[in-house]
Amino acid sequence: MEEQQKDTRRKFLNNGWKLGLASILGGAALAHLKEGFAAEGPESTGETVELMDTDGNIIEVDAAQVEEMAAAGQAYEVRRGMPGRKFVMVVDLAKCQNALACQRSCNKHHFVTGDNAWLKVYKMQETEDTAPYWMPSLCMHCDQPACVTVCPVDATFKREDGLVLIDNDRCVGCRFCMAACPYSTRVFNWSEPKQEFEMDMDMVHQMHSPEHAGMPSVMGTVDKCDFCPHQAVKGELPHCVTACPNGVFYFGDKNEDTVTNGNDTVRLSKLLEDNAGYRLFEDLGTEPSVYYLPPKDRLPFEEGLDNYNEFQSVEKPDQTEETPEAS
Amino acid sequence: MSRYEQLIKDVGPQKFSLKGKLWMAFLLLLIIAGIIAYADQLIKGQEVTNMRDYVLWGVYISNFVFFVATSFVAAIVVAVLRLTKSEWRRPFVRIAEIVALACIVMAGITIIIDMARPDRMLNLFIHARLQSPITWDVIIIPTFITVSLLLLYFPLLPDLAILRDYYEKIKPRLSKTYGFFALKWRWTERQVKIQKISVRLLVLMVIPLGLILESIDAYLFSTTYRVGWNSTNFGPYFISGAMVSGLGALITVAYIVRKNKQLETYMTDYHFDKMGKLFQLACLIYLYFNINEYVIPLFTSSQAESEHLETLLRGDFAIPFWIVTGIGLVLPAILLVFKTFRKPRSMYLIAIIVVICAWWKRYLIVTPTLLHPYLPIQGVPESWRHYFPSLHEWIITSATLAMALLIITLIIRYVPVMSIDQLAADQALGESQEKAAA
Repeated sequence: MEEQQKDTRRKFLNNGWKLGLASILGGAALAHLKEGFAAEGPESTGETVELMDTDGNIIEVDAAQVEEMAAAGQAYEVRRGMPGRKFVMVVDLAKCQNALACQRSCNKHHFVTGDNAWLKVYKMQETEDTAPYWMPSLCMHCDQPACVTVCPVDATFKREDGLVLIDNDRCVGCRFCMAACPYSTRVFNWSEPKQEFEMDMDMVHQMHSPEHAGMPSVMGTVDKCDFCPHQAVKGELPHCVTACPNGVFYFGDKNEDTVTNGNDTVRLSKLLEDNAGYRLFEDLGTEPSVYYLPPKDRLPFEEGLDNYNEFQSVEKPDQTEETPEAS
Repeated sequence: MSRYEQLIKDVGPQKFSLKGKLWMAFLLLLIIAGIIAYADQLIKGQEVTNMRDYVLWGVYISNFVFFVATSFVAAIVVAVLRLTKSEWRRPFVRIAEIVALACIVMAGITIIIDMARPDRMLNLFIHARLQSPITWDVIIIPTFITVSLLLLYFPLLPDLAILRDYYEKIKPRLSKTYGFFALKWRWTERQVKIQKISVRLLVLMVIPLGLILESIDAYLFSTTYRVGWNSTNFGPYFISGAMVSGLGALITVAYIVRKNKQLETYMTDYHFDKMGKLFQLACLIYLYFNINEYVIPLFTSSQAESEHLETLLRGDFAIPFWIVTGIGLVLPAILLVFKTFRKPRSMYLIAIIVVICAWWKRYLIVTPTLLHPYLPIQGVPESWRHYFPSLHEWIITSATLAMALLIITLIIRYVPVMSIDQLAADQALGESQEKAAA
């Protein structure tokens, strides 16, 4: 008897909550239905507006049916990037003679103070019999970025304009992205960075954005070349491009098929076609945004040897000089 | 003294001897040193390690891999042997559960030590991205900790109740503590049924979870483009390696427990002999995957791969590589064929060497690969081209190992190392059954 009672109560409860759920769902559906009917017929105002449809025909519609689009004033999102752009770079190995102006400029403008520059010029020679050449390397801003795939917290992200950037306020310092990157492009802030800023720190922190990496660098997080979107916003070229005395770096927009090294502005497709441009480690499938032009008819390799420093890529401030404390 | 009481005395909790106290003091000392070193690392940053931009993962990660591997022992000894109805597993089961729990807990802690920004740990949940193997780890490790804990706890309930009753008059306070954890266990039919089902479910779960855990551990490496890591062999390679280090750790701990508690009549030569055969099988399987990993690629390796293999087989890492492979794997696989080497004492010596080699093996999986990136190492200080853990890293790593041993020691101190309930039932000493009837 008792058992049976319990059983019926259970059934009742069971049905009860099902009924409750059904009524909630039904209510929600009804509410939507109402909206649907409302949208069906806006009251006609009598006024008409002339519009152009997608085929280019002029059509007349009732003014009440025209709705303001929000698209015009869409807020800029750092994680989405600049709409309609696809930033690329071309590095002409034939013109590089390891002047390192690019590296110095990059170090300066990104306040790189560690032991590992973000932009490096490698001394390359595949085998004994092949010719040596200088190869600047920066972040490839891959379209299939290995680093972004493995990041557990979305701290490093890929934008619609092709850039791969880092949110240093989110990075947990697991260094998986560094392990994943085949181009060894990422550097880590192993200790508190010894950066010096001309403006005061509050301002630096206010301006802090993934679009200007290194300002400031954050201990325990990853840094790398950011393709200088803070320059692109101003309509200026990345620091390495403008610093290079030989015009090695071309920066531009693939959608516009245009790149420039500051002096010459050329068609990207033509530049790549004429010079047999290629990308680094194409076989890995990372689809980099940086193209290389082979070092054919290049400037004398030996001239770069004077600048070559196997064990240093960031100049240390002179020890004897008095250095103001970064506060 | 009845045989039942004798049984509780034998396998049940025993106070630390002087040796035990010294051992605890030693472990605590290591742990305190480790905590100080870790605090220093938190303040100064990971600059205190010898990791740098090229060798970006070091001994913390290899230590983590070792812990994860060793915790796999729960899946083999507890679950697989149970499902195959291998009765000889019994004296080892509880110890295997304890080792697994200690190791997986320490794996979780070790991976946090490697994180440069542990203060942002919540980001791993708030901003979790499912395609990152680290997120898989964030999911599987707490899961495995929970399952390991329950797998130790549920079968323990009757034993805790036995201790509760046993200490009722002698030590009422201790009895209360055991009573609290025994969850009012009275051997009622319903309790026994629920417990049996729960344990069975956990046992069924721990096998896939163990396989997933080891595979994810391998995928941390094989999802990168690194030469020496991006190997399709890595999943089974890690699973088989986990069997070796897990069983090695189990045999080592079991032998020490047996010696200190004089359990020779419970853990007999027969049991060790059987375990030795399983251990040998594990070594052979691991050897097979090692051949797949290091010998077969010699035939078709690309230039970068050849260079990597060269450093292991003949270059900078050749000496540790051959010690780890030769003494830590090939030799045990051969020796364990012979019955004399499956005797408890000699097998203990083999197992302890295998475990030490298994630890170094992980080091050799992590470090050499990082020293061979695709682009040459240039423009960084000379010291970045090598890696050997710094003093901080050694102290912290020792502390994590000490903490694992401390967890094992403490659990063994307070909990029966074998199921008293089971043993009593086997020997039909049935005091517990009497109680159930009452």
